[in-house]
Amino acid sequence: MATDTLAAPGTTPAGPPRRRSGGGIRSNENLAGWLFVAPVIVILGLFLLLPILMALWVSLTDWNGQGSPFTGDVPFVGGDNYAQLFTDDGLARRDFMTAIRNNIYYVGIVVPVQTALALGLALVVNNRLLKGKGFFRSAFYFPSVTSSVAISVVFLFLFANSGAVNRLLALFGLDGPEWFADGRGVLHLLFGALGMNEPPAALTSGGPLGLTWWDWLSGPSVAMTSIICLVIWTTSGTFMLMYLAALQNVPVALDEASTLDGASRWQRFRYVTLPLIKPTTFLVVTLGLIGSWQVFDQVYVMSQGDPAKTTLTPAYLSYRTAFRDFDYGSGAAISFVLFLIIILLTLFQRWLMADRDGTRRGRWWRRRVPEGS
Amino acid sequence: MAVLTDRPAPVARRGDRGVRARVNRVLGYAVLIFFGLVFLYPFVIQLGNSLKTEPDAAANPLSPFPDPLTLAGFDRIFSGTNFPLWLGNSLLVTVLVTLGRVFFDSLAGYALARLRFRGRAGLFAAVIAVMAVPGVVLLIPKFLVLKQIGLYDSYAGLIVPLLADAAGVFIMKQFFESIPVSVEEAARIDGAGVFRTFWSVVLPMARPALITLTILSFQGSWNEFPHSLVSVQDPDLFTLPRGLADLVSGSLGKGTQYPLKLGAALLATIPVAVLFVIFQRYFVRGANEGADKG
Repeated sequence: MATDTLAAPGTTPAGPPRRRSGGGIRSNENLAGWLFVAPVIVILGLFLLLPILMALWVSLTDWNGQGSPFTGDVPFVGGDNYAQLFTDDGLARRDFMTAIRNNIYYVGIVVPVQTALALGLALVVNNRLLKGKGFFRSAFYFPSVTSSVAISVVFLFLFANSGAVNRLLALFGLDGPEWFADGRGVLHLLFGALGMNEPPAALTSGGPLGLTWWDWLSGPSVAMTSIICLVIWTTSGTFMLMYLAALQNVPVALDEASTLDGASRWQRFRYVTLPLIKPTTFLVVTLGLIGSWQVFDQVYVMSQGDPAKTTLTPAYLSYRTAFRDFDYGSGAAISFVLFLIIILLTLFQRWLMADRDGTRRGRWWRRRVPEGS
Repeated sequence: MAVLTDRPAPVARRGDRGVRARVNRVLGYAVLIFFGLVFLYPFVIQLGNSLKTEPDAAANPLSPFPDPLTLAGFDRIFSGTNFPLWLGNSLLVTVLVTLGRVFFDSLAGYALARLRFRGRAGLFAAVIAVMAVPGVVLLIPKFLVLKQIGLYDSYAGLIVPLLADAAGVFIMKQFFESIPVSVEEAARIDGAGVFRTFWSVVLPMARPALITLTILSFQGSWNEFPHSLVSVQDPDLFTLPRGLADLVSGSLGKGTQYPLKLGAALLATIPVAVLFVIFQRYFVRGANEGADKG
């Protein structure tokens, strides 16, 4: 998912210095240059930029999928589709806010856990004293390269009612839930365990944006938890590789010097290693944030938003609204809100990554663009 | 890298350090093995259960050993589903998309790295911007444009939109910039045209980047799911991920049929797994592209 954004700007050296020379063998470069980039421009323009503009238009209409959305017959509704998501009380807003809530909990667990796991695995694999590290590095990374659909099929089996996970839990005397039928929120279960069997009336009577406070405080559902496990399992390996690359750049001498100064293992990690790999942590966290707002394949295969809409995410909701309910306008509007969320996170990431380079000239958002021309 | 080549003299007593080092090593191996199981055992379970009978898979999902061992699941994959068709479609899409990406991305990457033309800086900024566009928000937009230009529900619709990608252009541009200019200038002075210089002088030197891009493209298009979801609906045009998703959503009829599903998912994983084993360092390079350059 995140691979499209892996190559962050501000991390590469600028191109070779350009020499000025007019005419001669350089004279046909203008034409050749455009010919060389033409196929990519046509494909990306036709299937990426143009569609975005078309969808922006559709998000302002009530197109139902019949005929062309670009004729006069399609009702133009202005910002109504967006208003339904944010201000008008109704099913559309409730579903959208539920999807946002689900995704917030999803991000809130996936990002910290996969970051910590990636760092932990990298530290172990980077240990100079252990043998067979190459094998384990591959093992941890392998799930990242497999098909999301194929791996979702495996996890459906693992988390089945009498599946491997529940068998494993039974070995420890635990009674596993019916993972994909269980829409109860984990926080609600926790409140229940603490003796709060009935939600307090103050929380159920109202709340922001069409959901009650109690709904907002549900936590991820049990079903969502299994998707969270799957995603952490598949993405940690990629981020481990990034940490590994960073750890290999930590000078050994620094570690040994701090050992001589009497620093403990934890102190060395906390005050020497961790500050040195901070840029990678920024990268891993922000790539994680960007990627985890895009969760789609797993939801499509494993739960289709069920049970009780607790695995609905904005990405899946936009798909379902358009292609199942044939409400393309509303679906496109959800896409654009999601687009905005992800773009803001991406800009934040690029700003953060450029900031760490500090001394380089030029504005951060065009740092990679060679000067001149 | 290391400034201090000599190990520092032991601070604590030697015996004490020896014991601690050994404990640390044992702990390290324990962590490695634990996580090795966490990351690999699901695949072991997948393989084991794909060779079981359905009641056996339901009764002993944790065990990797089929009892009795049967190929019934795989038989049904080939006789009872459209798996061979999906496989053919996936192969066609993957080969064409990979060829297209490697060729078009190299062309554009070379132009952006080396050729001097008006608008180059702006184009490169656009490539960077496009890399930030998340795939999932393009589902409805792609569907719209494919419908509009008449490519919906066709092989062309499945393939053409994937023929170029901004990340690939970026990788190639970075690589071409690292090749010394002198070589191609010599070729140019000898009278070779721009394309000829690119094709017979520069491209052969870009082998590592080309392999990386080939692998990323193969893996990406083999696993691609959302695009096939919005570009085709005719079951004859389903690729493997699409077909698998269809199997799971209940096109099989009665029963959970886990051995069959796990077997089909396993077969869909094998090509990328083989590539991974052979070309692992290129996968690693792809993952770290842009992450550890500085």
